[in-house]
Amino acid sequence: MVNLLIKLWAVLTRRIDSFLLGVALAIVGVGLITLFSATDQSFTRVSNQATSLAFSLVLMWIVANIPPQTLARAAVPLYVVAVVMLVAVALFGTIVNGSRRWLNLGVARFQPSELMKVALPLMLAWYFQKFEGRIGWKDFAVAAVLIVVPVYLIKRQPDLGTALLIGASGFYVLFLAGLSWRIIAGLGALGAAAAPLVWSHLHDYQRERVLTFLDPTRDPLGAGYHSAQASIALGSGGVVGKGWMNGTQTHLDFLPERHTDFVFAVFGEEFGLIGNAVLLLLYLLLVGRGMMIAVSASTLFARLLAGAVTLMFFTYAFVNMGMVSGVLPVVGVPLPLVSYGGTALVSLFIGLGILMSVQAHRKLVAT
Amino acid sequence: MARRLLFSSHRRGDGGGFDSPELRNAERQLFLFKRRVGIAGVLVLAAFGALFARFFYLQVIQHQHYQTLAETNRIAIVPIVPNRGVITDRNGVVLAQSYSAYTLEIQPSRVRNLEETIDALAAIVEVQPRDRKRFRKLLEESKNFESLPLRTRLSDDEVARFAVNRYRFPGVEIKARLFRQYPLGEVASHVVGYIGRINDRDVVRIEEWDETANYKGSDYIGKVGVELSYERELHGTTGVEQVEVDAGGRAVRTLSRTPPIAGNNLRLSLDIRLQQVAEEAFGARRGGLVAIEPATGDVLAFVSKPGFDPNLFVEGIDAANWELLNESPDKPLLNRPLRGAYPPGSTIKPFLALGALTSGKRTPAQTIHDPGFFQLPGAAHRFNDDKPGGHGSVDMYRSIVVSCDTYYYVLGSETDIDDTWRFMSQLGFGRKTGIDIEGELTGVLPSREWKRQRFADAKYREEHRKWYLGDSISAGIGQGYNAFTPIQLAHAIATVANDGVAFRPHLVKSIRSLRSGEVREVAREPTHTVPLKPEHLAVIKNALVGVNREGTGATAFAKAAYVSAGKTGTAQVFSLKGEKYAASKIDERLRDHALFIAYAPADKPRIALAVLVENGGFGAQAAAPVARKVFDYFLTGENRAGPALPAAAAGGDDESD
Repeated sequence: MVNLLIKLWAVLTRRIDSFLLGVALAIVGVGLITLFSATDQSFTRVSNQATSLAFSLVLMWIVANIPPQTLARAAVPLYVVAVVMLVAVALFGTIVNGSRRWLNLGVARFQPSELMKVALPLMLAWYFQKFEGRIGWKDFAVAAVLIVVPVYLIKRQPDLGTALLIGASGFYVLFLAGLSWRIIAGLGALGAAAAPLVWSHLHDYQRERVLTFLDPTRDPLGAGYHSAQASIALGSGGVVGKGWMNGTQTHLDFLPERHTDFVFAVFGEEFGLIGNAVLLLLYLLLVGRGMMIAVSASTLFARLLAGAVTLMFFTYAFVNMGMVSGVLPVVGVPLPLVSYGGTALVSLFIGLGILMSVQAHRKLVAT
Repeated sequence: MARRLLFSSHRRGDGGGFDSPELRNAERQLFLFKRRVGIAGVLVLAAFGALFARFFYLQVIQHQHYQTLAETNRIAIVPIVPNRGVITDRNGVVLAQSYSAYTLEIQPSRVRNLEETIDALAAIVEVQPRDRKRFRKLLEESKNFESLPLRTRLSDDEVARFAVNRYRFPGVEIKARLFRQYPLGEVASHVVGYIGRINDRDVVRIEEWDETANYKGSDYIGKVGVELSYERELHGTTGVEQVEVDAGGRAVRTLSRTPPIAGNNLRLSLDIRLQQVAEEAFGARRGGLVAIEPATGDVLAFVSKPGFDPNLFVEGIDAANWELLNESPDKPLLNRPLRGAYPPGSTIKPFLALGALTSGKRTPAQTIHDPGFFQLPGAAHRFNDDKPGGHGSVDMYRSIVVSCDTYYYVLGSETDIDDTWRFMSQLGFGRKTGIDIEGELTGVLPSREWKRQRFADAKYREEHRKWYLGDSISAGIGQGYNAFTPIQLAHAIATVANDGVAFRPHLVKSIRSLRSGEVREVAREPTHTVPLKPEHLAVIKNALVGVNREGTGATAFAKAAYVSAGKTGTAQVFSLKGEKYAASKIDERLRDHALFIAYAPADKPRIALAVLVENGGFGAQAAAPVARKVFDYFLTGENRAGPALPAAAAGGDDESD
């Protein structure tokens, strides 16, 4: 009997990277504690998030048990499906309807881009793996098209923030695949040159956000207000923080979106600089572990995929904390593993599952 | 070379190295990959370092400053939702209004056990299972910590009972909120539309208007109909209250208050009694009707049957009702006059005749011989007339009065389709009329260019894109590719009735600002004038009068107290291959659509309309009697006492004009 349990445990944990899971759960734990405070002690919210966590862990386990080669085979179909869904959204996504059910269907607008977050790096990693060793300018052009198509479609939705993040994930694969520095510098220069053009194509509200970022007093009741209140929350937290559930900014309703995008302000107010440093360290451990896994992977595909997934974790954490602390404009990016929201949690744990799969299968495919 | 440029070789020492096969080995690659990861790692460290520096700046260096700010941060800003504008018909009968009522609201974050609390509340006020369902749904969707309604529209008794028990329910409150109500329910539901809770797409819309601040505190937004298209008039300006809060977050006193400005009131051009007469004239049949005042473009009645009760949508429609509406084969949510494109059938004939007169292709007296069919020289196919033996000798007047198909087969075969297109599009066919609700279809007015575009896809071949003489012939009797919306037909007959002076049809007559009392009229000027000769107009108008006096409309208009003009039409839904059409043998939904266009009085038209009865069979039998009832009511006041209006509908708008 005991033997059986031990065996079962062995099967369950065989592909699980305990270090990665430990760090991730520590961050989620920080998130749940903060969430409890941010929601004025709402058990419903915390248990909702815990349910999502349980579901996410199961998915993570499943993904971790899929060998990277199998993931590679799914790359093309997944990518195609995601693009088709994005096109469908562009064509049929404008029907307005008054019923609640349609509102639920409205969520579908985000689903293709959510899928694309995984599909694009998979696709690019697969592509570079397939043409490993003879990658030329044509392949770079193909990769650029593979990135630009979904980014353009999502930008049109319009969801500029997500489009940029997905573009970044694609860029990471190219970077890790060894994209020449000249091209990178060229892209940078091109980006700087195109900035005025991009500016003229932005929606008014998007421009407004950028202007508000540069000068928060422009919009004291909108995004500027959010940003200012978040800075007050962080700053007034000081070195040791005001203590759990004692943040005045949080509990007097001054912080907007305080359990989703601005949850970090709650954390920083209540746990201070020390808490922030611990959280930064946890993310650093997560990213570091991801990089180690990427480096020790045995195939180019696994390497690129693990590297890109890891860098996306970093990007989300950086963009969110940068936004809350006022060094980046307000864009709707949640803090990974901390912000309230089931969909994001599921995506993130699938990402962890991919990393674990790469780690667990590194020897099986060694050449 | 290009390759070297893009993925630089290891010789230059910065990664890549795919270009030299002798070096292409796993270790080399791994080394280069490691270097890239190393660079990324350095960037990650730098970025997190920068974040830490920022935190240090905020939390250590600027700590005192922010500490002070947080302590003086005692002023909360509370939005005050404005009252949404009232919608009335042209005579001031209220079609949509807001009223204040009590709701029972729960702040989920302050309640330990929601289920228990709701159970306890159910003992005091009535809580239906569907209230619970809706509440749970709201709970899932809510983002902020707003309080959520469990029950709306509490009775006075319930309010009193809760007040007594209030101490038992921390986090549960009674609040006065504004509700939207449509007193006439289904009547004119497709015109008025409804409001619903703001969803993700609405948020994007609001952001694009740059009105995000103004919708703070608003829960509802127009979704369909006038409620949607005039949303920005109806909404109003949100007020702001600055309140001082104590350490517990409760409001202590109000520091300043900017009152909200109520939304503007809309006066529709509809005559709601006429609307009711028209809707009742349809009975249980499906279809649409648009009645327009030719001299102004005012839409007097706008019917789409069946309709729906807009009140169901306001609080979010429940699944059962939604299924009922959305999956019904009768499509009650389809706005037929606006979004239904139907072949016009014979109602197209007077317009084509007018075109033939204008271009000089026909004179009024020119006759053709109708043997009961039309045949192209050298072709075997016969285009049949409705009347088996034919109408004999037919001039233009008779061609309209008896609706002779052969006359128009011949005309169609002799007229270039692009000339027809040019004339007909001036009357508004194949383009949007510009009516002031969203979602209008353009319909199809065929031309060579249109066909080329329509079959441009690679799966079609060149012969599909070519325009054939046969296409012109079926287009000549309003079949073939022609597809018009009822609003287009009404607009066109109104334009003819008004001697070619066209107005943009509009449902909203005027907009009244409550604050300033200022009234703005909508669309008073004609959009354009179709160049028509008076003598040509006279021929057509005379023939249209003939239709209702001695032709296909005579039965329906027998003994009318006024002189009217009209044209019947029957549009094929189902093409019978050589068989004789027999309504009784065919599935009801494949039966022909009945159409009728008309205006009255003939000499000085006050009303022009288009009627469509889906699967109604012959236009003369199904559609013309509907028009008769509408004209009778509008012109002679028959049934004036007519349908009773609910008491709630009286008053509301004190405009006198």
